[in-house]
Amino acid sequence: MNPAVTTENLSKRFGKVEALRGISFCVPEAELFGLIGADGAGKTTLFRILATLILPDAGNASLLGLDTVKSYRAIRTRIGYMPGRFSLYQDLSVEENLNFFATVFGTTVKENYELIRDIYVQLEPFRSRRAGQLSGGMKQKLALCCALVHRPELLLLDEPTTGVDAVSRQEFWQMLGRLKQQGITILVSTPYMDEASLCDRVAFLQEGRVLAIDTPTGITTLFRKPLFAVRSRDKHRLITKLRTYEHAASVFAFGDSVHYTDLRQSPEPHELKAWLKTEGFDDAEAEPVKPGIEDTFMALMESGESPEENS
Amino acid sequence: MPEPVIHTEKLSKRFGSFTAVDEISFSVSAGEIFGFLGANGAGKTTAMKMLTGLLAPTSGQATVAGFDVYRQSEEIKRNIGYMSQRFSLYDDLTPRENIRFFGGIYGLGKAEITAKCDQMLESLELVKVRDSRLSSLPLGWKQKLAFSVALLHEPKLVFLDEPTGGVDPVTRRRFWDLIYKAASDGITVFVTTHYMDEAEYCDRVSIMVDGKIAALDTPEALKGSFGTATMNDLFIKLARPAIRSGE
Repeated sequence: MNPAVTTENLSKRFGKVEALRGISFCVPEAELFGLIGADGAGKTTLFRILATLILPDAGNASLLGLDTVKSYRAIRTRIGYMPGRFSLYQDLSVEENLNFFATVFGTTVKENYELIRDIYVQLEPFRSRRAGQLSGGMKQKLALCCALVHRPELLLLDEPTTGVDAVSRQEFWQMLGRLKQQGITILVSTPYMDEASLCDRVAFLQEGRVLAIDTPTGITTLFRKPLFAVRSRDKHRLITKLRTYEHAASVFAFGDSVHYTDLRQSPEPHELKAWLKTEGFDDAEAEPVKPGIEDTFMALMESGESPEENS
Repeated sequence: MPEPVIHTEKLSKRFGSFTAVDEISFSVSAGEIFGFLGANGAGKTTAMKMLTGLLAPTSGQATVAGFDVYRQSEEIKRNIGYMSQRFSLYDDLTPRENIRFFGGIYGLGKAEITAKCDQMLESLELVKVRDSRLSSLPLGWKQKLAFSVALLHEPKLVFLDEPTGGVDPVTRRRFWDLIYKAASDGITVFVTTHYMDEAEYCDRVSIMVDGKIAALDTPEALKGSFGTATMNDLFIKLARPAIRSGE
């Protein structure tokens, strides 16, 4: 089986900025592949090269067996691309936008209605509303519909859920799951770590490089330090104090607890608790926890950070 | 008890037959970090516009920083800080120009602006890029700068509208260090977010559904009373049945 996406040593520079510094990865057909990285990691540049909108300086990429430079026209008819910035026509209605994109690709909404039905039924009550007047969640759904209307084999989604509420995000990912079942390959970037765990595999990107590629569970094995969840009523004071502890390696707020790693190989939680008691945290609790994808990403980010930016 | 920094009584806003905000009543006390959550379309933006003096309510009462939202909207604007990810600073200006511009808007004196500008660039570690256009800086740096600029005129209350959207988990947490620092300095923080782990970092959280406040308490008490393990589960439980989710 041919991979749906292959990139080899992709590089791209904008003036002084090296946006991509040799990106290589491979995505098999019907995989839901996540690109995780901070703003400026190179995700959007990568998407634009794959969508055949800009040329790489070095390296190459192929989509559905076609080269992004030589066969860009053929690629464009077979992929759906949803850019990070909302780029539908704000002055056209929901229905007009859909019809427009269908026409551009030489098809009709009717012809591929089956594929978009799930999503479209939610948009239907607003079909005559201008796209610019839709809520964030509805805009994303319409953009996904427009990217799907010509039945693409591959979807490129650049941060589709940024700024969208938790309910709409959950619905959006349920839709992606159903599209994947229909054999569509999906490349999606996201700043939400809970979404990363819904992908088949994820790639961590930082400063134009791939830090790691693996399944969400596999990737957490890269986190090698013992990790503790520490709890106390006064969370902010707890964080501030923990950072002054002589053995502290990292201290991050993490939902309702604080995630703590130690500089030593095998630290004892009761020792940490005892120290916290002497600092006035009588209610402090510390228990070992398994690292999640967010812990792992943060650990890899911190270790990959160049020293001048660590100041 | 000291007077609350924000107090609303049945505050409502109607647009024609549509009730965007439907009789919301709540108080926020000094130095509190108050999370204002809700799905897209729940009425958060309209409520925030009323609280920041940008939009007159249809009915109900509200005071913000001691001023009445109907009669003293200009005083409110002068006495609060406001930051949103979308429109805060000018991308075509440098960090230094942005600070000077907003200092001028808030009526700070020349000497004061210069002193604050240097101090701010120093503490945010932006001295090296002080004369680079904002558009060339990473989003996380811009957010930190926007937050500091919102506090330039030393308001007692600051509104943060999705301040951490789109940045990585480390940068988000560094931003929350700034929020905690401001709160410990006595500044009241009113913040919206779509990251449910951030809801856990607030002292109290309200969740708006269809224009009403469906729940309001500490994150711990909310999870307890609705029987959910995380704020994300709680949010989905409350917001999913919303009638207006499509708006």
